[in-house]
Amino acid sequence: MADYIDEIEGKTDAEDPTVGDTAIANYTINFGPQHPAAHGVLRLVMELDGEIVERVDPHVGLLHRGTEKLIEYKTYTQAMPYMDRLDYCSPLCMEHSFVLAVEKLLDLEVPIRAQYLRVFFAELTRISNHMLNLGSHVMDVGAMTPNLWMFELREDCLNFFERVSGARMHSNYYRVGGVHQDAPLKLLTDIGDWLDTRLPRLFGDAISLVAENRIFKQRNVDIAVVSREDAMRWGFSGPMIRAAGIPWDIRKAQPYDVYDRMEFDIPVGTKGDCYDRFMVRVKEVYESAKIMKQCLAEMPEGPTMTLDRKVGPPKRGEMKHSMEALIHHFKLYSEGYHVPAGEVYVATESPKGEFGIYMVSDGTNKPYRCKIRPTAFSHLQAFDFMGKGHMLADTTAILGAMDIVFGECDR
Amino acid sequence: MTQRHPAPKFAPNDGVIDTATSALGAMLLASEDSVGEVNLTLARETLVDAMIALRDTPGLEYQMLMEIAGVDYPSRPERFEVVYMLLSLTRNHRIKVKVITDEVKPVPSVTGIWPVAGWLEREVYDMYGVLFEGNPDLRRILTDYGFVGHPQRKDFPLSGYVELRYSEEAKRVVYEPVQLAQDFRNFDFMSPWEGAEYILPGDEKADGKLPEAKGAPTPLKADEIKKADEAADKKAAPKAETPKTSESTAQTGAGEPDPGNQPEDKPKDPDVVPPKDGGKDA
Repeated sequence: MADYIDEIEGKTDAEDPTVGDTAIANYTINFGPQHPAAHGVLRLVMELDGEIVERVDPHVGLLHRGTEKLIEYKTYTQAMPYMDRLDYCSPLCMEHSFVLAVEKLLDLEVPIRAQYLRVFFAELTRISNHMLNLGSHVMDVGAMTPNLWMFELREDCLNFFERVSGARMHSNYYRVGGVHQDAPLKLLTDIGDWLDTRLPRLFGDAISLVAENRIFKQRNVDIAVVSREDAMRWGFSGPMIRAAGIPWDIRKAQPYDVYDRMEFDIPVGTKGDCYDRFMVRVKEVYESAKIMKQCLAEMPEGPTMTLDRKVGPPKRGEMKHSMEALIHHFKLYSEGYHVPAGEVYVATESPKGEFGIYMVSDGTNKPYRCKIRPTAFSHLQAFDFMGKGHMLADTTAILGAMDIVFGECDR
Repeated sequence: MTQRHPAPKFAPNDGVIDTATSALGAMLLASEDSVGEVNLTLARETLVDAMIALRDTPGLEYQMLMEIAGVDYPSRPERFEVVYMLLSLTRNHRIKVKVITDEVKPVPSVTGIWPVAGWLEREVYDMYGVLFEGNPDLRRILTDYGFVGHPQRKDFPLSGYVELRYSEEAKRVVYEPVQLAQDFRNFDFMSPWEGAEYILPGDEKADGKLPEAKGAPTPLKADEIKKADEAADKKAAPKAETPKTSESTAQTGAGEPDPGNQPEDKPKDPDVVPPKDGGKDA
């Protein structure tokens, strides 16, 4: 007891030099790879000074499946399902970059209804991705109920995906030249009703529990503040760069498909902390709903797949009457289409940030190189400088606000 | 310039190559504007200075490094290309910057300009074995602890060399050489009609022409097709002063009792036989 008081008063005992200035060694702990707050298989080697994080070394690659290598051995059509398995929380946005890259190499026109359908379902994907991320972020910092409510909404989204593509998660719905099948009218009206009634009510309720909540703010405000300059140097994108105060959105700045016809706003943060990242995503959900409603109002009738029979397969009925259609079908599903030699880098705004495809074609039916730019790589790399000086318990908030999915990070 | 495909539209490339040429001087080895994107090939030794020039020169202003990709061309004397994707937020423009190297010659690291390059260079090192001089932490990143080889090289087999399983006898995970139950099958689609370098007899006139349709095999590059499409779009205006119209049903055959699709009639073009139910079972 006396030692303790001496230490506070700064006195040292000459006979016992260790008292008062005890040498304290830093402590290294291993976080994950099996940890519910690691959002997958992330291993963090953290050096702690007491409870203060001194250094974070993220070890990634535990989910590396060699997607880029596998794609080099598959035709362009066969490579599509790998895209769903990258970021399995927003599969259609992954497909979006891939089909746009191939269409750019082919210089292929896409029917306008197909472009509307792609934008429509990309925004539905954004909503379902944010439902998962916002919910798990809230749960990482200690609240349970909003996550359960937002999972209800995510379940609705997955049911919609099932109704349009036949699969709840790995949709494989987009195609080079359009989409696989037209969406039924009843599905579109159901989604329209859902956007008007269930989504705003349930989502608004869930967010109202946390957005102004004192505990939630204490866990997020002023945590991992990133300045504009740092966001640019660390290659941030998506909600991470917008929360830092840079109004950069590829949908607005470099519009693809029919985004140039859409009216929507870009939410921007003011401080660049975890709370800003959370609120940017909350606002984006409402903006996505706005875009989807415009799509429903404006979407024209027409074909949903290019009529170029060297890229788009013929309809089943056509094949029963036309030998040429049968040949095209056979060739497309065995050999596939050929993409002229060239290289492009196409990046789209996935829910997590800039998701890019660097595609090198050599004129054959298989990609020569398909480099995938994951959003998570740059964000996770900045973990060390974002987490430095924060408490151990804050790492879960930082990680939750980054929105990392390891299927995409590790590829 | 109208754009045919729906891929992202950014600011036009006009003048970018000229500005880069004057700003970089001898550091720039080659430049091209291909498929609507600007590619610059830089000298390896002066890469860092050139990148700083690309970031700071007015009219270029590429503030962000978004991605570094490696590509392997085993037939070239220096087999690896390292491709940097740069983005300008202020000018809303993207370029690709390339550096060429091989297994032993190191590429200067750009981590001093963009710290994000740290992991991106680690990935290229892991996948291709390209060395980066000045990267403070050039470890493997995606492959297993203790992995041997560089898996994205074209001479690395798709199946890899080792596989692992849990061994009940050893009570741990063991690594063993890969054993495939079925041989790996890689179908060669390059028939002499499609991928051959030579021209088949009778096809002399076909050389250099556009492919019949998008997606058909063609010796043309993507950039040549894009330019041909742009030229075709310009002259798409109708040449005739009066539009082509059908004045009477006699010109079309509409309303006639036998439109020519009876089983005994041989259709002129097998593709356009109108089925009786109008093809509604599609």
